[in-house]
Amino acid sequence: MIEAIYHVLDLLFPFAWMDHIFMKNAFLAVLLVTPLFGLLSTMVVSNRMAFFSDSLGHGSFTGIAIGVLLGAGSPLASLVVFSILFSFLITWIKNRSSASTDTIIGVFSSTAIALGLMLMSYGGGFNKFSTYLIGDLLSITPADLLALVFVFFAVLFVWALIFNRLLVLSINPSFARSRGISTLFVESVFAALLAVVVSISIQWVGLLIINSLLVLPAAAARNITNDVKHYHMLSIGTALLSGLTGLVLAYYCNMAAGATIVVIAAAIFFLTLLFKPYFVK
Amino acid sequence: MFKTILHHHALSGGDCAKLCCTKIEDFSVHIGRMDIFSHVHMHIHCGQLTALIGPNGAGKSTLLKAILGEVPHTGVLHYVDAKGKHTGHPRIGYVPQYLQFDVSAPTSVMDIFMACLSKRPVWLCRGKKLRPRVLASLARVKADHLIDRRLGALSGGELQRVLLALSLDPLPDLLLLDEPVSGVDKNGLELFYEIVADLRAREDMAIILISHDLDLVAKHADQVVLLDHGVVCSGTPEEVFHDPRTHAVFGMLAGNPEGGEAL
Repeated sequence: MIEAIYHVLDLLFPFAWMDHIFMKNAFLAVLLVTPLFGLLSTMVVSNRMAFFSDSLGHGSFTGIAIGVLLGAGSPLASLVVFSILFSFLITWIKNRSSASTDTIIGVFSSTAIALGLMLMSYGGGFNKFSTYLIGDLLSITPADLLALVFVFFAVLFVWALIFNRLLVLSINPSFARSRGISTLFVESVFAALLAVVVSISIQWVGLLIINSLLVLPAAAARNITNDVKHYHMLSIGTALLSGLTGLVLAYYCNMAAGATIVVIAAAIFFLTLLFKPYFVK
Repeated sequence: MFKTILHHHALSGGDCAKLCCTKIEDFSVHIGRMDIFSHVHMHIHCGQLTALIGPNGAGKSTLLKAILGEVPHTGVLHYVDAKGKHTGHPRIGYVPQYLQFDVSAPTSVMDIFMACLSKRPVWLCRGKKLRPRVLASLARVKADHLIDRRLGALSGGELQRVLLALSLDPLPDLLLLDEPVSGVDKNGLELFYEIVADLRAREDMAIILISHDLDLVAKHADQVVLLDHGVVCSGTPEEVFHDPRTHAVFGMLAGNPEGGEAL
């Protein structure tokens, strides 16, 4: 199966960078992951959850540490479970408490990262975790890709189910409640989706820049769009374009792929900012 | 046609057994130790426009939120529909006073309608089938030209009409309107009252409207309730506006013991 896909990629892209297996894997991963980031980023930006998604990255630090301490082989399972619980907890407390959202997320985010660092430094072996800070897009295996395919379709399915309610919620929560929308439920599902996507891709993209992929595509797209469909299309397009060009550029210039992708997405953002007056009605 | 017949009964009969009505019984809201209002009784019939007036901080907006169920309260809401069944839960439409939202959001009027009315995801499906229905809804509030406008690009009056159209689909049994104090010009406000008065007659719907414009209330409302931490007085616009208690409430505010400015 995977051999056949490699063969197709060789035919489609007869370039030097496609000769390596790790580049083929990375290419497929970018093709699967960046559209998800583009999709989710639309509502991260519309719901002003940039800080929230940032804290999920920090929370996943604790998840990894717990996973490694428990010795459950790959820390991925513990990471996903912990991130989902962490996102539920923040959402729930945010809905219950009258303190400002900023403060609550700040408290959780800093606690999580400190707890993660504390647990990771236990026994003095912090260096083995440094890949999670920068991420390594070239370390993806065919097994990872298979998992990604499942996640890709699962996220797409859930997104189709909850999007309308999420959109009404993003306009105004009390208006959403007056339309019979359970805001806590919708927010929790969205938070869980974010948690899953962040925690599975953090090993490739890295904690330091993962949040930029959840902010930049939609931030660029909303500069030049007036309705939801174009907003989505451009956000996904921005994420895909910066993902693929970033990967190839990183190969030729020998740079970290994740960071290159983010820099290109940022460049697209500033470009759309320039053209904003000509597009927004 | 069915509705017209019922309305006819309402005019001749006038009692609650024959037409739909909403009874608010002994509503009280306390936030912390503060009494926002207590022991509010109201009785609203279909096809009636009830204006809720009162000074700032009288608890008007909170009363609407209590009816909506957004604010914890004591007391019960009784609803009897046109067939005489006690259904308990009327379908409530609500137009908030302010809609705070991100004006840069790339969401069109059509998008928000589709998100509210359809299960098909807005980002994926085309809303061709829904479009005539949305146009009809918007036409009812004279806003059909706004369908493809961005929500953030609407004026205060336009946004209010779009929200009204949204609250009317699906058609509610009880419509709650919280009129904005500012942001809508005089012409916009006049148009809004005309649309609401027209709705009451055509759709046979019970409407509660929080109002700050006593001239327009006198012109359009069927029933007026003066709220100031409780119902001070209620009745027809003439009754309420000539009641000495009304003068006391508004006169005190205007610093004029002889009576309020707008009376």
